[in-house]
Amino acid sequence: MSKIVELLAKFDEIVSNPKKRLDDYTAQGKKTIGCLPVYCPEEIVYAADMVPFGIWGAEMEVSQSKKYFPAFICSILQTSLEMGLKGDLDKLSGVMIPILCDSLKCMGQNWKLGVPNVEFIPVIHPQNRKLEAGVEFLTSQYNKIKNKLEEISGNKITDEKLQNAIDVYNEHRAVMREFVVTAAEYPHLITPAQRSAVIKSGYFIEKPEHTKLVKELIEECKAQPQKEWDGLKVVTTGIIADSPSILKIFEDHKIAIVADDIAHESRQFRTDIPACGNPMEALARQLSVMEGCSVLYDPDKKRGEMIVDQAKKYDADGVVVLMTKFCDPEEYDYPIMKKQFDQNNIPSIMIEIDQQMQNYEQARTMVQTFADMLGN
Amino acid sequence: MIKNSDTDKSQKGGMGKMSEQKPVKAKYLLRDIIGKHYKDAWDAKERGEKVGWCASNFPQEICETLGVPVVYPENQAAAIAAKGAGQTMCEHSEQNGYSNDICAYARISLAYADIKECKEMDMPQPDFILCCNNICNQMIKWYENIAKELNVPMILIDIPYNTEFEASDDRAKYIRAQFDHAIEQLEEITGKTFSQERFEEVMEISQKAARAWLKATEYTKYEPSPLNGFDLFNHMAVIVCARGKQEAVDAFELLAKEYEEAVKKGTSTYRGEQKHRVLFEGIACWPYLRHKLTTLMNHNINMVGTVYGDTFGIVYNNVDEMMKAYSYVANCISFERALKMRVDVVNRTNCDGAIIHTNRSCKQWSGFMYELERRLREETGIPTVTFDGDQADPRNFSEAQYDTRVQGLLEVMEANKKGGNQ
Repeated sequence: MSKIVELLAKFDEIVSNPKKRLDDYTAQGKKTIGCLPVYCPEEIVYAADMVPFGIWGAEMEVSQSKKYFPAFICSILQTSLEMGLKGDLDKLSGVMIPILCDSLKCMGQNWKLGVPNVEFIPVIHPQNRKLEAGVEFLTSQYNKIKNKLEEISGNKITDEKLQNAIDVYNEHRAVMREFVVTAAEYPHLITPAQRSAVIKSGYFIEKPEHTKLVKELIEECKAQPQKEWDGLKVVTTGIIADSPSILKIFEDHKIAIVADDIAHESRQFRTDIPACGNPMEALARQLSVMEGCSVLYDPDKKRGEMIVDQAKKYDADGVVVLMTKFCDPEEYDYPIMKKQFDQNNIPSIMIEIDQQMQNYEQARTMVQTFADMLGN
Repeated sequence: MIKNSDTDKSQKGGMGKMSEQKPVKAKYLLRDIIGKHYKDAWDAKERGEKVGWCASNFPQEICETLGVPVVYPENQAAAIAAKGAGQTMCEHSEQNGYSNDICAYARISLAYADIKECKEMDMPQPDFILCCNNICNQMIKWYENIAKELNVPMILIDIPYNTEFEASDDRAKYIRAQFDHAIEQLEEITGKTFSQERFEEVMEISQKAARAWLKATEYTKYEPSPLNGFDLFNHMAVIVCARGKQEAVDAFELLAKEYEEAVKKGTSTYRGEQKHRVLFEGIACWPYLRHKLTTLMNHNINMVGTVYGDTFGIVYNNVDEMMKAYSYVANCISFERALKMRVDVVNRTNCDGAIIHTNRSCKQWSGFMYELERRLREETGIPTVTFDGDQADPRNFSEAQYDTRVQGLLEVMEANKKGGNQ
């Protein structure tokens, strides 16, 4: 048990001060590349012997980013740009920014203009990702990124190194999937906030180290007896679920997260890089087999059904939609998903999340009401 | 200016009355094209033919070549908003769970797909939908939902946002593959056959239409401009829905001729003295077009600069160039290219100032506008103002703020003139 406490404390320490990790890696002579939402080919960074560093905003107020962004751009990007403009991310050797939503497209341009000292590396994903032409296009784009990262790192990215990176990352994905299941089985040992810290810390340390720590945690948990959970079980869905206030509200109401469809969490590791002869092509093919994400084209809108399946599989009492304010891809998905939850008699609520928000009383009331309703 | 009488005729496709005695004016030809466009779609629907909903910057060459009738939700939403039903329709979608953060065109269109009628502008429900995201990615999400709710097939031509100045070959290749795939899909859905001969013909007509459009819109460079710039907001509907049609070529060529005549005579569709010339940046605020124009006219300001000229001037010499051309529309290009577009327009049309619309409905267009505004001022020396508005949701526009900002710009433009600053 004490080992569990110790490990959880380690994850917490990492997420409490991500900047320290950035400073440490830099001091060690390692180069870091920032990775913005939603999907970046971290494997290529890893294969270049650099450290991918996740940038998904922070809980803070913004002032400088207002010179670039109007108010109706999401806080994840506002706060990320703010950190860039203030110089907090100057140690990065580059930053990868995708074009997966309209705000991200503008983020790349604003970063290029406002933070010219940290090189902007565009990540251009095809939305027609299932067409062979889409896979070819993405392979070509990833090769351009590869060239850029070789230039920045001074290291050659061979197919062997890339394949090794894919293996390392697929192992990490498998371990993270196992962790999510473990956290669902041991909610009495791992609070929502701790669950979040385990996942989030993976953005700030190298994957092999993170895999090792998470494996240890899983083993330690499994050595403990399972207990009947007398609280509620939910599936979360949304872009990000790391708000300490929201996670505390869940804990206060004995709500355990038994599965998630969170872009920052399971959407990163629920789909392995498929096996394929050529490692760069394999990397590109992953996008073609990913499903259920608001920023990946899907005229069948499978996301809602996928969440319903998760809720049934993990015996969830309901779904909590964590709506990142100003996130239009998520806003479009919501009414369709809500219908599907209702049709399957799965209770759900939607809570607005904003990294610039300070007052969570409304969220608390909503969760309270939801918990009361589910408890009856 | 869209008037009720005009639109009543064009709603269910009544052809405009054309005088036999007087020479035909371009604006009537243009109005008739819109009328015919909707009528043809309704007629096709009645005949049992499949009709599509299509994105404004989707390669219309495909539909035109196949002879597949399509209508344009963006045109419809603009018309609905212009006629005062924007808020009602938006609220309907909001009641259905849609956030008021999403594009107002989308909210209006999703409401229409649900209610299936709107007296301000009706059009047939779709049997398939054609999406292209070169203007924004909200198009994908909007159309996904239409496809799902109405259970119709969706065809997407993904034109990835271009972070480089020029469109690279791998982009052109990807776009081309999707173009070809879209043709296959549409042939299967409609049973029609793509003819290479007809395609060549359509490309030729489209080029003529694009060039005629560019020629007509270029007349704003004259001092005084022979046209009230706001006229272009109305004419735009035609370049969206008919740029593959000979009628559009004829209408725009006639329009250009009329402007040529006007330049010679020194006349203009702008009433009053044109003391100041401005770039009007952004989509029109359709519910408030009259107010916005009135304010400008009260101050003797004419809009002479807009990116709508270039963005719909989709010119190419062959299919490969066409692929790249569709990726050079205003919202698909890098900051540098976007800035150059505005600087060129300002210089070409000799603008004294710029009015920039921060459009609540359009993150893509507004997302790097602040820096673009600063750089535009730096590179051209002209004063600029922004105002908060919305293309179709009337709740996001304040007449008072707009008037105050325009007043502010006016004062600087007047001072510049007096002081000889340029």
